[in-house]
Amino acid sequence: MTNSIGELGTDATAIFLIGTNTTENHPVIGYKIKKNVRENGAKLVVADPRRIDLAEMADVYMQFRPGTDVALLNGMMNVIINEGLMDKEFVENRTEGFEAVKQVVEKYTPEMVSVITGVPAEDIKKAARIYAEAEAGSLCYAMGLTQHTTGTDNVKSACNLAMLTGNLGRPGTGVNPLRGQNNVQGACDMGALPVSYPAYQAVSADANREKFEQAWGVKLSPNNGCTLTAAINKAHHGELKGLYVLGENPVLSDPDSHHVIEALEKLDLLIVQDIFLTETAQLADVVLPGVTWAEKDGTFSNTERRVQRVRKAVSSPGDARQDWEILVDMTNRLGYACSYDSPEDIFEEIRKVTPSYAGITYARIDQTGLHWPCPNEEHPGTPILHAEKFSRGLGLFHAIEFQEAFELPDEEYPLILSTGRSLFHYHTGTMTRKAVALDVHQPENVVQVSPNKAAELGIIDGEKVRLTTRRGSIELKAQVTDILNDQVVFTFFHFSEASANVLTQAEKLDPVAGIPEYKVCAARLEKIV
Amino acid sequence: MAEEQRVILEYADKIDPKKADDYIKVGGYKGLEKARSMDRKALIDEVKKSGLRGRGGAGFNAGMKWSFVPIKDEDRYVVCNFDEGEPGTYKDRIICEKNAQALLEGMAICGAAIASKQGYIYCRGEYPFVVKMLREAIKSAKDSGALGDFDIEVRMGAGAYVCGEETALIESIEGHRGEPRFKPPFPGVAGLWAQPTVVNNVETFACLPYIMTNGADWFAGIGAAKYPGTKVLTLTGDVENATYFEVPTNYMLRDVVYKLGGGVKGGKKFKAVQVGGTSGAFIPEQNLDTQIDFDSMSAIGAALGSGAVFVMDETRDIVDIVTRISKFFEHESCGKCNPCREGTWRCREIMEKINAGKASQKDIDNLMLLSRVMKNAALCGLGQAAPIPIDSTLEHFGYEYSRKIV
Amino acid sequence: MLKLTINGQEIEVPKGTMLLSACQQAGADIPTFCYDPDLKLAGSCRMCVVEVEGRRNLLASCVTPCENNMVVSTESDRTTEARKVILELLLARHKVECMTCEKVGMCKLQDYCYRYGVKDSRFAGEKGHFAMEDPNPFIERDYDKCIMCTRCVRACEEITGAQAINVKERGHHAKISTIFDGKLADSTCVFCGQCIMVCPVGALTSKVSMGKGRSMEYDRVLTTCTYCGTGCTLELNVKDDQVVGVTSNRDATYSPVNKGALCVKGRFGWDFIHSPERLTTPLIKENGQFRPASWEEAMDFAANKLKAIKEKDGPDSIAMFSSARVTNEENYLAQKMMRAAIGTNNVDHCARL
Ligand SMILES: Cc1cc2nc3c(=O)[nH]c(=O)nc-3n(C[C@H](O)[C@H](O)[C@H](O)COP(=O)(O)O)c2cc1C
Ligand code: SF4
Ligand code: SF4
Ligand code: SF4
Repeated sequence: MTNSIGELGTDATAIFLIGTNTTENHPVIGYKIKKNVRENGAKLVVADPRRIDLAEMADVYMQFRPGTDVALLNGMMNVIINEGLMDKEFVENRTEGFEAVKQVVEKYTPEMVSVITGVPAEDIKKAARIYAEAEAGSLCYAMGLTQHTTGTDNVKSACNLAMLTGNLGRPGTGVNPLRGQNNVQGACDMGALPVSYPAYQAVSADANREKFEQAWGVKLSPNNGCTLTAAINKAHHGELKGLYVLGENPVLSDPDSHHVIEALEKLDLLIVQDIFLTETAQLADVVLPGVTWAEKDGTFSNTERRVQRVRKAVSSPGDARQDWEILVDMTNRLGYACSYDSPEDIFEEIRKVTPSYAGITYARIDQTGLHWPCPNEEHPGTPILHAEKFSRGLGLFHAIEFQEAFELPDEEYPLILSTGRSLFHYHTGTMTRKAVALDVHQPENVVQVSPNKAAELGIIDGEKVRLTTRRGSIELKAQVTDILNDQVVFTFFHFSEASANVLTQAEKLDPVAGIPEYKVCAARLEKIV
Repeated sequence: MAEEQRVILEYADKIDPKKADDYIKVGGYKGLEKARSMDRKALIDEVKKSGLRGRGGAGFNAGMKWSFVPIKDEDRYVVCNFDEGEPGTYKDRIICEKNAQALLEGMAICGAAIASKQGYIYCRGEYPFVVKMLREAIKSAKDSGALGDFDIEVRMGAGAYVCGEETALIESIEGHRGEPRFKPPFPGVAGLWAQPTVVNNVETFACLPYIMTNGADWFAGIGAAKYPGTKVLTLTGDVENATYFEVPTNYMLRDVVYKLGGGVKGGKKFKAVQVGGTSGAFIPEQNLDTQIDFDSMSAIGAALGSGAVFVMDETRDIVDIVTRISKFFEHESCGKCNPCREGTWRCREIMEKINAGKASQKDIDNLMLLSRVMKNAALCGLGQAAPIPIDSTLEHFGYEYSRKIV
Repeated sequence: MLKLTINGQEIEVPKGTMLLSACQQAGADIPTFCYDPDLKLAGSCRMCVVEVEGRRNLLASCVTPCENNMVVSTESDRTTEARKVILELLLARHKVECMTCEKVGMCKLQDYCYRYGVKDSRFAGEKGHFAMEDPNPFIERDYDKCIMCTRCVRACEEITGAQAINVKERGHHAKISTIFDGKLADSTCVFCGQCIMVCPVGALTSKVSMGKGRSMEYDRVLTTCTYCGTGCTLELNVKDDQVVGVTSNRDATYSPVNKGALCVKGRFGWDFIHSPERLTTPLIKENGQFRPASWEEAMDFAANKLKAIKEKDGPDSIAMFSSARVTNEENYLAQKMMRAAIGTNNVDHCARL
């Protein structure tokens, strides 16, 4: 997030949510948004294919066709430019590339966009006005915006919209991705990415590589690595031989499970370090028992870039071992000598090579945590990014044309399938399916389908149905609900018994970020006879 | 009736209260005209000077209450408390039925004083026929132009006694559970929809036209000096004339019972009189020589309250009556605050135990303790006043309790 | 500034200060049930009453703004009497079950009864009898222990925005219920447990923690939630080296993101920690079957194979999926291992999933 979570509850005077079911996936952020709307009269615009909880209290709710995000955002920009609502001063002084955007969005009139997205032109106008006229407009998104073959385009369009309206760099504004998992932010910050060292220092830049070669005392590879989804494909082709999986469950979390399983089975070596024998671990050659967050010390960085402490509360079961110790042990066995006394000791090294973390120490974050960038020990942390300038200087507009999703409905697969999360479960369910209360409350997967569509297919609420795509098919209960329209069905990916990722496609990903298109694929729903 | 002094009810049954024109013919809406010609501050001062005090029970100086209303950009409201939930009280209904236009005019005068354009009448749920009549009266007044741009809406109450408490009443108009709010902030500062609001009783409003037309001094000269004017009383119980009267406030309680009331029914002996409604104190014979005005009644530990006068003859069983009253309060407690919610429940339990002859002195002690804490610590007037009948009867009719104690 | 005398001590407070906070500033410890600094005021429990000279009634200090020259006494005979009677009244209807109550040690009713020496109630009579059935797996609702402070109602509305519960009925029949007096699962409840967090007594407790330990038996370890990216702060309750529950600290200096508020996963989703299905020993697969192995053997096996692959097919034939669920320190080590020890940049995690 460019801004902090608290601002959504107090500073934002308008909040635009696109592709985030905040009250289910980031509940506590959802509370803040609700409170701000209820008590301070903040305006709320919700764009989501499902009529989510927050849509009920929204000033404008736009139920758009999954995958048409760019069109919708371009449409809003069209209105803003044509109605003279843009922040001229901001665009002039702080950005570049506006003219190209202006040219592209010219044809995205609300009427034209309405045809693409299914949102009434009037609502697009209203939404654009609310966000543009707000004193402090915050734009928040989550996987609903990113998990598309056009995910990068979608995000860039969101940034365009924020820059166009000057909704950046001030309290209550910002472009705010709500990160799905507790430490996605930290994993990225730490360089668990194929293209960058800690703090996003590109591996392709010689200067960076030299810096790390010096810090670590070893020669480093100048080539970008491969992404997770690419790695699966490489394994499939036999190019990747060994895979070390630390606390992930790609069998359930990655697109097209059959494809993933085949790929993993082809490996010469699969090492899985985890707390449970996950679906992925079951395919491993070696399984290394790590520990839960309740058994370890360390830090997590949340979605607002706040680095916070994790503390060991209990001992680990049996021979399970601290994950950091396993990693240090393995590193040594692989021939690179290193030793640390404690997680704090590791953190001290992190500080040295990660400029944005340099000023953070365990002592400083004993209670409250700090927002990076925090370059030195006197620095108070940075809740709001881009206050005076963007990291690259001027903010860069990207002119983006709308493109359809990769797999559109056809006669054989007439529905759009979107997948996502439930309030009561988390990711592949490794933890929550074993948390008794959560699993009792929501023990199985469902597919959400509109009342009309259900009636048309002769399906009644609660009945077992079959959901099929070109990749595979799962059987699960139907949940008839009017939160989605007749063209869309929705299911969760937490349940191995009826795993959504059996259905999703891995053929085409977002070309830049490698994100799979979990929010759109073509599907068929059938009554089981 | 010679003993009465009719101001509000002067034209009772002589004019049609629904018709503004009838009222105008006997001098109506002149007061409003005058009020509107005055500077707001002068108007409030005039009302202050008249000494008019609230007729809903608390006896607060009306002009003073108005003067607390801040005049800023926000809206302000005039609310008429016509919840009249006290059993045995029906004077507000009588005033509406006989002289509704005076109420409307009074509210509009208040509107002029606090620069409000919107009034609400919160009418007791059990009075649907009066609601109908009031709506007609309002229409007539609007049509005649007498009210000018001042609008009045009638809202039906929810049938709970506590909704007569001004803040619970406001909550109820807002569509919430009828529970009192804590004060401050008083309604004058943050009332209906958190806007400044004046809440007055029907009778309080109905006095205003006469104050405006005849002058503050005239009004201040009627009745008791510190609680001037007239008061409409409703007599119930064991009296010959169980009806309503309007008398000056320096009228004697004994005269209420014996002159207006025509004495105890059937020539029986007098035992007690409860003034002010269910939460009023029971007054024994020896205290009958008291003026009915607010302060004189307070001096004997009683209250004028709503002006209900309930007379009991020698055959009445005081403990039994108080037991029933305790049931009433148990039933009417809204449940918000601990002393009242739990206290009214336990009061009723102990009273029933006493009434059934199963209680000991210890129970009486507990009852007195409970009563004290309720008065001291309950959130609103209901809980604070609920134990008054118990206290006053323990004081004056202790022997009736002693008889039943084991 | 306003000048007040509280228990004989003169203090100055800014205009708008409530009497409760003035009294606290003067060092007085005022008992409260319904008062909650994070919620709108109710002024209904009347435990915080104080005596102010010249006032006929006791004043509820939480809702009374300070006035100049007030002379306040916080533990006068009248206030003590009122508080004792209120406690006795509450006790009279309470299902006194301290022997087995989850809340012991954190129960305000118990604490204040102790403080004011209230052993039993002079007003004992009929008791409430509210049905307790609610089959949800998270929240035990026992309204026979409820003291009607309405903090749960306010927390549900003001913190979570769920508006799942409210007061129903009047007088002593009043109770906390969902709109149709039904199950929480059929209401707008999202099982955040904010109501449990604010309940001052044992009326609302966690079913997941039930029977596992009471407040004086466990330590609280401040940590960060393991689920979504919000990064809520919570406290793991630890007894005998076992996590027995989750509570939260509402002080913003300890809980900057969430100020104690959590969601259903954070509050109730911790018991997987002690799941019998946890991995407790390294495993090596042989002939399609896992067998337990020692750390030495497993690590050796894994490291040797990795080295062999690297030797044969080069470092880029090895990849690592690190994790968005492990710590920064571990992610750092993971990528360092791949880069420095294996010699490849093939390291990623499920950021996009
Ligand atoms: C439990 C309770 C019930 C009340 N019921 C009434 C009522 O029915 N009518 C009324 O005018 N005032 C009633 N009051 C008094 C009002 O709260 C308020 O003082 C009054 O409306 C103010 O108007 P006044 O100043 O003109 O008397 C009640 C007070 C309490 C505590
Ligand atoms: S769990 Fe949360 S949503 Fe449910 S009743 Fe309690 S506070 Fe309300
Ligand atoms: S359940 Fe607890 S928080 Fe809610 S009103 Fe009862 S005692 Fe208060
Ligand atoms: S408590 Fe809920 S909202 Fe907070 S971090 Fe955990 S999962 Fe996210």
